[in-house]
Amino acid sequence: MKNWRNHLGLLIPVLSIVGIAIGVRITGNPATREVFFTVLKAIALASSLNIILGYTGYVSFAHIVFFGLGGYVGFYFMSVRGWSLWLAMLMGGLAAGALAFLLGRAILHLRGAYFALATIGVNAAMQAFINNFEPFGGPIGMTLNFQVYQQYGGAAKALEMTFYVLVVLTLIVVMVSYLVKTSKFGLGLLAIREDEDAAEVMGVAAPNAKTWAYVISAILPGIVGALFFFKNGNIEPHDAFPLASSIEMIVMVMLGGQGTVLGPILGATVYQRMRGSLLTSAIFKNIQLSVAGALLLLIVLFVPAGVVGWLRNRFPKLRRVLQ
Amino acid sequence: MILQVKGLTKRFGGLTAVFDVTFDIPEGQILGLIGPNGAGKTTLFNCINGVYAPEEGRVIFRGQDMTGWKPYRVARLGLARTHQIVKPLSELTAKQNVMVGACFGREEHSLAGAAKIADEVLEFVGLFERAEQLAGNLNVAQKKRLELARALASRPYLLLLDEVLAGLNISEITTMLEIIRKIRDQGITILMIEHVMHAIMNVSERILVMDFGELIAKGTPEEIANNERVIEAYLGDPKLAARLMQQNDQQGMEVYDDTGNS
Repeated sequence: MKNWRNHLGLLIPVLSIVGIAIGVRITGNPATREVFFTVLKAIALASSLNIILGYTGYVSFAHIVFFGLGGYVGFYFMSVRGWSLWLAMLMGGLAAGALAFLLGRAILHLRGAYFALATIGVNAAMQAFINNFEPFGGPIGMTLNFQVYQQYGGAAKALEMTFYVLVVLTLIVVMVSYLVKTSKFGLGLLAIREDEDAAEVMGVAAPNAKTWAYVISAILPGIVGALFFFKNGNIEPHDAFPLASSIEMIVMVMLGGQGTVLGPILGATVYQRMRGSLLTSAIFKNIQLSVAGALLLLIVLFVPAGVVGWLRNRFPKLRRVLQ
Repeated sequence: MILQVKGLTKRFGGLTAVFDVTFDIPEGQILGLIGPNGAGKTTLFNCINGVYAPEEGRVIFRGQDMTGWKPYRVARLGLARTHQIVKPLSELTAKQNVMVGACFGREEHSLAGAAKIADEVLEFVGLFERAEQLAGNLNVAQKKRLELARALASRPYLLLLDEVLAGLNISEITTMLEIIRKIRDQGITILMIEHVMHAIMNVSERILVMDFGELIAKGTPEEIANNERVIEAYLGDPKLAARLMQQNDQQGMEVYDDTGNS
């Protein structure tokens, strides 16, 4: 941070997340806190997805798998092995990262639509596997003994704590996202996104770079998954691996602006708030996903760069602030 | 010898695109590679820099056998290339494009080091004013120069140029030829594919001629222009060679394409 002016792009993302935390703290209302828990979760997931989708240019329809797997692995260590939340989160992150590494080696050599199709297969395969995996409770899933929350000062305290843990995790995601984008590694990813063949001819070791980008983008969702299901108290296959959530994550990234640090934050916040009001409206409550689909269509057709990308193109002077 | 190619053969199914090609490049020279469309020139480039793995033969660069290496490993050894069909990283700025070359090429610079080199190289190819423009918004001539700048930023020992003059107008060709000579004077060896005949005859120390995947002649521009096999297989019209040489002497700037039509 030699010259802070060079890092103005990190300012708005960090301030908005800290702002959410302070706002929730001031109101002190548990319902508001719950609403913003889902917003922060969406920001963390979308920002992670952005590293492979926005920076590297690979559309992954399976990103929720890392969230679900992290949740399951973390939950297993908490409920069956009696480990602490912190170790469980670590294990969740590691499991998600390891899966991404193996997947990266196996399917990241596929380009474009073929990679996207393969990831859909991964989503379905993972759900089927967990459904039949007895140590994880098969189709019934697992439930956390209420006693577990006692070590965190009781259920109410634990619930409150998870919010602030998520604030910290989200800040980490956003900083990682920023550091990746502004690093040499990130420049390699952007080159891959623009033209993978040209990038390789210039010396970018694409297979490794893509795999590490995928691993980085998977670890935090895994950690968040462990935290989320700790808060949830139980875990079931259809909760952990909803394909629809993978698609919603893509909508968030595209809406805010793929390949920018701020975009997924903005997109996740707006989408999550919109989803909230749709779910409670009489007309849309059953078809809120179709709104997501229509939204994605409109973005791809009219503002492919997303809100932040559009602003950056329209007002080049803002580029320094809107990373 | 900076590059030795021995018995290189590349097949695509039943089609032999490159057959048993053998040649050397001495350090510090400009070597021209000519031949009709479909002769296998670009395929030969692709086999040298690792885009394709050849079926037979060896590619030895500065004493290192790098046959079948991936392009990014080849790039790090100090072999850079440009593409016939330009491949700009469209959503990145011109400067970022060049920085990719500096960051991941032979010297593997940090971002700060790469930024410095990018400024120098952009200045050298005359794109300094365009540094902050998105590469996708440059015109064709500028994109060609950007290709060259990216390759140079990696500080290569050997540069493969694939038709950098194609699509340029006469004054742009003159500028580009000056740039190419300056690169050679910096000690970088150049192997270039070109269809602009007077230019390649003018700028190369030696010329290789390919036809139907095979190397049919090597020699100085004079030898090539008078080689009967070349005249027959490539130029088609024996008198054209004489005319070309004449124009060369007069520094004529008329552009011929590979079929010899003006």
